[in-house]
Amino acid sequence: MVMKMRNIKAVFLKQVKDIFKNKTILVQFVMFPMLVIIMENVVAMEGMPEHFFVRMFSFMYIGMAPLISMAAILAEEKEECTLKMLLMSDVKPAEYLLGTGSCVLSACMAGACVFGIVGEYEGKAFFSFLLIMAAGAAASLLVGAAIGTWSRNQMMATSLGVPVMLVFAFLPMLSMFNETIARIAKITYSEQISVLIGGLGQSGAGAENVIIILLNIAAAFGCFVLAYRRCGLG
Amino acid sequence: MKADNMIELTDIVQRFGDKEVLKGITLQIKAGEIFGLLGPSGAGKTTLIKIVTGQLRPTKGSALTNGTPAVEMTGAMYRRIGMMMDIPGLYGRLNCYDNLKLYARLYDIPEKRIYEVLEKVGLSDARRCPVEKLSKGMKGRLALARAVMNEPTLLFLDEPTSGLDPAATRRIHELILEEQAKGTTVFLTTHNMTEAEKLCRHIALLYDGNVVEYGEPKEICRRYDHKRKLKIRLYDGRCLELGNDKDAAEAVGEYLKQELLETIHSTEPNLETVFMELTGKELV
Repeated sequence: MVMKMRNIKAVFLKQVKDIFKNKTILVQFVMFPMLVIIMENVVAMEGMPEHFFVRMFSFMYIGMAPLISMAAILAEEKEECTLKMLLMSDVKPAEYLLGTGSCVLSACMAGACVFGIVGEYEGKAFFSFLLIMAAGAAASLLVGAAIGTWSRNQMMATSLGVPVMLVFAFLPMLSMFNETIARIAKITYSEQISVLIGGLGQSGAGAENVIIILLNIAAAFGCFVLAYRRCGLG
Repeated sequence: MKADNMIELTDIVQRFGDKEVLKGITLQIKAGEIFGLLGPSGAGKTTLIKIVTGQLRPTKGSALTNGTPAVEMTGAMYRRIGMMMDIPGLYGRLNCYDNLKLYARLYDIPEKRIYEVLEKVGLSDARRCPVEKLSKGMKGRLALARAVMNEPTLLFLDEPTSGLDPAATRRIHELILEEQAKGTTVFLTTHNMTEAEKLCRHIALLYDGNVVEYGEPKEICRRYDHKRKLKIRLYDGRCLELGNDKDAAEAVGEYLKQELLETIHSTEPNLETVFMELTGKELV
């Protein structure tokens, strides 16, 4: 299958414009970076770890924003038949997904940069932070793409997406307070993202962390393929 | 496939579960003509358009579009096709210009063509207006602008004037005729008989998954001319309805001689009455 860069670029540019005009999606990318700036500057308690809010909100952001955005965008395009028109205009499903996915990823990474700056990561640590966030965003994107593909409309995407998002976004936080949850959370990419960000500058990424994230990405991709085969994009 | 046929459908059957939506459709559509597929809602018009455009693989039969099996159409072939489906598929938050810009990028069309088609459909002044704020007629015109932007050789229009006011309908009719004048083949589905009579060279009446009549609109009406009635009004106040036969002609002659005839109207069958005779139902 030969993909056309022109088509990917056209979809990407369309999506950029649309994200800026879609407040529901835009708020996903703005809310947590704004929140982290405010919390880091306003809340200071004795004994609180340094940049506590950066660590906590970063995995929440990664578990929420790309997942919900991708699912909502796909479901809306299916519901409004805009995706069908694109596919009938010589755009291949892979080109569409790459165009949209890269736009969501870019928006997500812009937010991740804010986290990195507020967290005062510098040099290599800053790039490591972005790399960890990108890996998490990729997994969330694929889960979102699977949900969006599976859904017939936006309502269905929200009904399916919110519980999944809550699991990935809140499990790492809940695992801080409960060992049983911690054991379960260990197999999720968001928990591994949390662990890796927590350990930045102290220890490198262990093979276990990387393998779990890669397995999560593979599983998310599998879910997407399954949803695509069953429901298609048109 | 004959060289002058743009679309050739042979014994198309489409089933969805137990329901047979199309029951063996055979049709030829010549290049450069406006063809109208008429039928009530649920007759199978959109299903047939989906088959011809390769969106749906028929359960049985073959659909050739420009000599190629519809399900095997490639991206390059789609570039020569324009489509305006029942749902316009426009991005509501983006403005008219941005909606067309996306397709201009996909088709590698120069920017000036966007302004040309916007001018053509009368949306130049509304080019910066978000689509969600446009009226239904304006959305229809924008969808048509998108469909013709790549200068297609084949244009599919699924109920292009459904729910539009007379002015918007007239504008769309003018645009369709302009496209046909350039040599574009137009495949039009509608349940508006007047529209079909005005625009189409050939029509097919689709009912319950079957083509119940095919031909030129006037020729079809002529075939059912036995339904023609004469409505006459006499000076003594009587109103009579006479058949289309010798006795009626003699009666009219007699009234003329007696100078009793005030008005006479011939009610030729139109597509609406033909459809009603064929199916016993109204076309809605």
